[in-house]
Amino acid sequence: MADTAKRKRKRNGEDWFVDILAYGFVTLLSISILLPFMQVITISMSPASVVNKTGFHMFPTQFDFSGYQQIATDPNFWGSYLNTILRTALGTVCGVLVTMLTAYPLARTNLPYRRGLMMFVVFTMYFSGGMIPKYLLVKSLGLTNNFLVYILPCVITGFALIITRNFFMGIPPALEESAKIDGATNMDVLFKVYLPLSTPVVATISLWYCVQHWNAWMDNMLYVTDKAKYVLQYVLQTILTNGQTADMEAMGDMIIHTETMKMAALVLSLIPIVCTYPFLQKYFVKGMIVGSVKG
Amino acid sequence: MAPTKKKAGFFTNLYRFREYYIMLIPGLLFFLVFCYGPMYGLVIAFQDYYPLKGISGSSFVALKHFKTLFDNPFFLSVLKNTLIISIYKLLVCFPAPIFLCIALNEIKNAKFKKFAQSVSYLPHFISWVVVSGIILEFLSPSRGPINIILQNLGFEPIFFVAEPKCFRGVLVISDLWKSIGWGSIVYLAAVTSIDPSLYEAAEMDGAGRIKRIIHITLPALAPIVTVMLIMQSGKILNDSFEQVYNFLTPVTYEVGDVISTFVYRMGIQKMQYSFTTAVDLFKNIISFGLVMLTNYVARKTNDYALW
Repeated sequence: MADTAKRKRKRNGEDWFVDILAYGFVTLLSISILLPFMQVITISMSPASVVNKTGFHMFPTQFDFSGYQQIATDPNFWGSYLNTILRTALGTVCGVLVTMLTAYPLARTNLPYRRGLMMFVVFTMYFSGGMIPKYLLVKSLGLTNNFLVYILPCVITGFALIITRNFFMGIPPALEESAKIDGATNMDVLFKVYLPLSTPVVATISLWYCVQHWNAWMDNMLYVTDKAKYVLQYVLQTILTNGQTADMEAMGDMIIHTETMKMAALVLSLIPIVCTYPFLQKYFVKGMIVGSVKG
Repeated sequence: MAPTKKKAGFFTNLYRFREYYIMLIPGLLFFLVFCYGPMYGLVIAFQDYYPLKGISGSSFVALKHFKTLFDNPFFLSVLKNTLIISIYKLLVCFPAPIFLCIALNEIKNAKFKKFAQSVSYLPHFISWVVVSGIILEFLSPSRGPINIILQNLGFEPIFFVAEPKCFRGVLVISDLWKSIGWGSIVYLAAVTSIDPSLYEAAEMDGAGRIKRIIHITLPALAPIVTVMLIMQSGKILNDSFEQVYNFLTPVTYEVGDVISTFVYRMGIQKMQYSFTTAVDLFKNIISFGLVMLTNYVARKTNDYALW
């Protein structure tokens, strides 16, 4: 009797207090993250008369898709969208391949000079030449206005490499030895033995590279002036800052972008992320945990 | 297996493990060219670099640019801005994910918890270009909810991003908005490893929820919090170019111009290559020292470091 009473004891003031604080904080946070998105979506599909009215714009009251129509007819926008898709696909495939190729030998405990090679990689994570020397280097390599500038200078990251290597080190070496006895080459071992065993880490680094490439714009701003090779995020930036910045003359030939058009562009750029987000979420979280565990 | 146990020569090793070294080539070439290449380019910080003359043709000026660094009024204000913004972010954006983690841990409704987590992770995956677009719209003087509330209370609307007094606040809040959810994951991982029987035992012993948070949840978080705090303070000079650049306008230069945006404007746009490389090198050396130091401290205090 006393036992059940204890288990189902009445909620006291402290329980309520903690619940209100916890639920209140989390609810408030969720709302403050969602509200800006709701406003952007609402503005993107409202007519100018509604947009210019002072007041809350959280839910659309009148619909007008002229913002989307304007953006849809902008060839720069779709060209850059295509470039970004291309870059993301190519960048992710190259990134994962090179990461795996590099991680595999570094995961072998008997590889001579392994420590030195690891130091060579790790040092780049703590020290860099900085923006200007990198800019001059890319220029001198003739990569400016070349699509490869989106891939080569950022093909892998030291962090992804180390995570992958640590994962590979957890795979029993006996697997490799027995595959080799059966006549497998290192490539066979990597792609037929290691790859199927490493889906969590491969999924994680693919998603990292994917997000990195989808969101990149600095390399475009620094190295590419050819409008046909612009990427989505950079075109978005020029659309968003149009009318605010001092270099209006530079964009004189472009259409003045209205608020609805800007917001429509934002929404269109978010669609792929929001659509894939629910499916990918479990990998992102898993990856973060993989990344936070010391190898 | 090898008949002799003595150390093999360099070329013997290279030959014996050639297949592995060949696999390393693309990756190592990347690091060599795109990470160590720019480090070689740092010599222009000690030169009067002219693009037409190249690195080999430009004259060597030793520490000239480093000496002018501190006489440059812009540099000092930029350094100050960088430090102030970093400290604000450390004070606000560092503890916030810990609070979120504790709050999420107290939420027993699994569906609501999942929903809140999904929502709060979302901004992490959006670029700063888009985030700044969203935040600028949200802070708009005529449509932004905060400004509408201010107006209803009888105040003048504030153009937050163009107001020097509010600009750093905008940077901190937008960083918080983007990173709070994602930042909480690393703490949640620590909290989920707590044995639930600890909470039950504490409850049996009459500990209320606040006591359970203080005596179970917080001690479980303490090691990772210490490490993260130490790591974060090592990054105090690493400003976020992608963020600041998207919010910065000439009206807010005096409060918001940080090292990276300054280097971009002076270096790439005004072509003062040598001076800005010196600025960047100065920052990178101090930053490197700080990170090494904090990493060392983290290792000593907790037997935990990134590697």
